[in-house]
Amino acid sequence: MKSYKPIEFVEIKELLFKRLLFLCGCIAIVILLYLFYTLVSESWLSIKTIGFSFVFNHVWDPVRSHFGALPFFIGTMVTAIMALIISLPFSIAMALFLGEYFKEGKWASILKSVLDLLAGIPSVIYGFWGLFVLVPLIRQFEVMIGVTPLGVGILTSSLVLALMIIPYSASISREVIALVPQELKEAALSLGATPFEMIRKVILPYAKSGIFAGVLMSFGRAISETMAVTMLIGNVNKIPLSIFSPANTMSSVIANEFAEATEALYLSSLIELALILFFVTAVFSFIGRLVIKKWVISS
Amino acid sequence: MSNSQLLASRLTKDRLFKGIVIGLSCVLILPLFFILFYIFQKGLSVFTWEFFTQLPQPVGEVGGGVSNAIVGTLMLIGIASLVSIPLGILTGTYLAENKKTRLSEFARLCNDVLQGVPSIVMGIIAYVWVVIPMGSFSALSGGIALGLMMLPIVTKTTEETLYMIPDSLKEASYALGAPYYKTILTVILPSAKSGIISGILLGVARISGETAPLLFTAFGNPFMNTNIFKSVNSLPLLIFNYATSPYDDWQMLAWGASLLLVLFVLGLSLLAKVVNRS
Repeated sequence: MKSYKPIEFVEIKELLFKRLLFLCGCIAIVILLYLFYTLVSESWLSIKTIGFSFVFNHVWDPVRSHFGALPFFIGTMVTAIMALIISLPFSIAMALFLGEYFKEGKWASILKSVLDLLAGIPSVIYGFWGLFVLVPLIRQFEVMIGVTPLGVGILTSSLVLALMIIPYSASISREVIALVPQELKEAALSLGATPFEMIRKVILPYAKSGIFAGVLMSFGRAISETMAVTMLIGNVNKIPLSIFSPANTMSSVIANEFAEATEALYLSSLIELALILFFVTAVFSFIGRLVIKKWVISS
Repeated sequence: MSNSQLLASRLTKDRLFKGIVIGLSCVLILPLFFILFYIFQKGLSVFTWEFFTQLPQPVGEVGGGVSNAIVGTLMLIGIASLVSIPLGILTGTYLAENKKTRLSEFARLCNDVLQGVPSIVMGIIAYVWVVIPMGSFSALSGGIALGLMMLPIVTKTTEETLYMIPDSLKEASYALGAPYYKTILTVILPSAKSGIISGILLGVARISGETAPLLFTAFGNPFMNTNIFKSVNSLPLLIFNYATSPYDDWQMLAWGASLLLVLFVLGLSLLAKVVNRS
């Protein structure tokens, strides 16, 4: 007869394994909370000394210890919103193409791989490409319309940013559009609606909140993007006056200045920027997920 | 307007709209094509034996390679994998096994938020957690930053793969008298192998192009280094540093490194798809 392990030994192992699983289950919570705590405690110095003027002050001069982050908020908002506006027609067209007109077949698989490839190219390579291809083009354009031809600036980074978020927002919108019930679509078509009318009056109204959630999540993506923007935005710590002016975003200023920030208050205010960035992206992705979840349950 | 005219205008609008959708979708192929074409054109010209085996040369000297960045990238990926794969698989198992408890709902939410943390913030976190206590930039801190970014991906794919394993498999294992841990470790996880592996590959593909978390952790290093407690170079960091430098030779190295990185990332994503399909 084969010998068997005593039952207690198995039970101990069982208990240990369950404990281990439980601990691992908690790990995401622990990491996230500790991450938040770290950001808050490291930026406490700047929160305490600078207070609310950090958000409203428009002078960022580390040499004189002036830390006002308003230019970066504006820079971030303007680049992200412009990128969203540029990308929206493309991503909705892409979503309709893949979710409605050509669900399968050669063209669908080609465009799907295009999206996958665009999503797979690292951010720093977008920045590099933008620097060498897009910047000269924009510079020519600026000469043509008579603006100071810098090449780098808000417009350039928004264009590249739009290219980077299209795969993301298109795939969310596509999933949402694919969830519109077939009966509704067929009903519209059987009443004599053309496919365009069906899309305009059935699919888009039905998928509205889902697409909106996708926009929110893409916005979160756009404001957290660092490398491409850092390379293309021109890195000037002033409030941008036009879409051609160079600026800085929250993430690009951290990328540029963190390594050289030796003074405690300087470091601390950069970390406060990171805290705000973290908070804003978390809120956007949270609301986006909530809307999608509600929408999926209700439909 | 007569009925037939109305119908005609409706049909024209329909066709026009379809044309716009197809047009806008296909326009997207252009930038992708231009980016890839440019990278291949510039990058292929520096792909020589020296490119893979030599160190970057100082400014003014021709040639040189990116061997230190290749080694550094592999080290960083290795550390990140060590951090995130075991943890991610166990976390994913826990979440899949406890679908609807309050703790797991919260953990899932935290995992989603963690996945959305901006990469630059991860860099700062690794700086505060590892670089400051240890007193120097290091491969370890960079690997931890990347591991934290990879963890939610591994967790999520493990969880989603486990949902697809039929309950009957687990019941059969219980019926044979196998304890819980044995059921999970020798029945459930192995049958989810391909899904988990493809998740890991996707995670590696995602982190290997990350630059922002490495700026103040791995920091970059012009020399070869295999010590995990010292700073290392990595391909994305090298691209960033050399792309923004004013020297042609360095920029050419950066193009070569870009091509290598793109091939690596796209190859991994492709491999992930193949593994997932089988």
